[in-house]
Amino acid sequence: MTAALTLTGLTKSFGALRATDNVTLSVEANERHAIIGPNGAGKSTLIGQITGEIRPDAGRIAFFGADITGWSVPKRALAGLGRSFQITQLCADFSALDNVALAVQAQQGHSWRFLRAAQSDASLRAPAMEALARVGLAARAQTRVDALSHGERRQLELAAALAMNPRLLVLDEPMAGMGPQESERMIGILQALRGKVTMLLVEHDMDAVFALADRISVLVNGALLTTGDPAAVRSDPAVRAAYLGGEA
Amino acid sequence: MGLNRQTLAGLIVIACLMAVPFAAPLLGGNYVVTLATRVVILAIAASSLDLLLGRGGLVSFGHAAYFGLGGYVVGIAGFHLANDVPIFGWAGSNEALVVWPLAMLVSGFAALIIGALSLRTAGVYFIMITLAFAQMIYFVFVALKYYGGDDGLSLSARNLFAGERVTNPATFYWISLGALGLCLLVQWRLVASRFGMALRGAASSERRMAALGFSVYGYRLAAFVIAGMMAGLAGALWANLNRFVSPDMMGWVRSGQFMVMVIMGGVSSLFGPIIGAAAFLLIEIALSGRTEHWQVIFGPFVLLVALFAPRGIWGLIRAKGEP
Repeated sequence: MTAALTLTGLTKSFGALRATDNVTLSVEANERHAIIGPNGAGKSTLIGQITGEIRPDAGRIAFFGADITGWSVPKRALAGLGRSFQITQLCADFSALDNVALAVQAQQGHSWRFLRAAQSDASLRAPAMEALARVGLAARAQTRVDALSHGERRQLELAAALAMNPRLLVLDEPMAGMGPQESERMIGILQALRGKVTMLLVEHDMDAVFALADRISVLVNGALLTTGDPAAVRSDPAVRAAYLGGEA
Repeated sequence: MGLNRQTLAGLIVIACLMAVPFAAPLLGGNYVVTLATRVVILAIAASSLDLLLGRGGLVSFGHAAYFGLGGYVVGIAGFHLANDVPIFGWAGSNEALVVWPLAMLVSGFAALIIGALSLRTAGVYFIMITLAFAQMIYFVFVALKYYGGDDGLSLSARNLFAGERVTNPATFYWISLGALGLCLLVQWRLVASRFGMALRGAASSERRMAALGFSVYGYRLAAFVIAGMMAGLAGALWANLNRFVSPDMMGWVRSGQFMVMVIMGGVSSLFGPIIGAAAFLLIEIALSGRTEHWQVIFGPFVLLVALFAPRGIWGLIRAKGEP
């Protein structure tokens, strides 16, 4: 079976800094794969290359067998690569529902429709409401994004990504800035997606990573230290030395 | 949906515009009708700019170019007809139903070219490049001595409308108001459509839109062309109102005035640009009667609006909690 995502020899430098150093890694279909690493390990740069915002200097990215290394961000998105942002990127003056409906609209192809009102279009609204319900935001559908709490915005990011019906969901620190209760809720939401969506998760919250991931890759100074199941990674002395320290 | 304050205000604006020809005899006759016509025509141009500035988040600083081109289509078509010199084998025309759509086409085409190039940039570069293109067109017409150059071009008469002469100011007002109504209707539908959602989403967060799978360039370019066409129509009307076109129609001062109207009236609103155009003209008349340096007073006023009413005058007409 083809892997959902295969990175081969991915390399990216900023000046003298090797932010991504020859990373080879694969995410299997239906797997939940986490990437961890200390600050400055190059996680964000790696995510940027996977989603297409950053062009690698060398290496290949394959998405379900197709070479997408040269593809633009929108093209990758339409091919089924959904993502959430580390720092929330939403249309702040839109309602929660409108934000998710935009994801549905993109999936339905072109937006060259000039006259019919999008906000009364059931083919956009219904799937959007469904995605909101999946993350527990149905009651907040009509609320403008700038009136939502931080945690709710993180949930909305996830809802928009889910509404894309992604083949791979890339989550960049979905728990960032959340309190313990909100985190727990988000973990619950992500756990409910087990077996339904392939997931690549970058996260600082170790409890979340060990609760969610089937496999974990550890990134240090831009290079891949190891990949393995949570138990193996937890007990790996190199990982402990580089990163986990007393935390595990 | 209840009748909120903005809906009510919108109805009042429409009622006032409709009442002008009837109330004019009491207020000063043709002068008032002509003034109202100027408001209506500038409102078309300003609202077309708002499609870019407000809805699209695209600060185009060269919008007068399309306004001026539309005017020059009327001027040039009339010039060739009056002088009996064909242009590219065409005798020219004095019929509004021919010349005005042509003005929209020419302006739309210019917007397509300028938009296609300038939309590849962003931020300050976008502002500068749209300004540069407009100034380029401005200087082309300054240099075109055949069409009067700097001095502009006078029209011997207004365009015929479906073969009828339009000499009555009130009739011309109704035609202009009809054009404004059509433009607002189109914008109203457009903004709520899928296209409008994509355009507004891109203004709000381009990164988010890309991550969802939108390639926003095409939608922005389409908005650019639509806005250019509407500005072209406004320019054609303006040329008819004044029976005169000159390069000043497309200079950067005019572009700046359109921006002031939109910002003062209220961005991203249907009626804001109308209010903005009316406020701009009325303030100009009130102040320029007192001093030649009226802009010294007008400038700080605009600044105050921008500082204390970021959504413009229209934004003030809003109940607490309304979006």
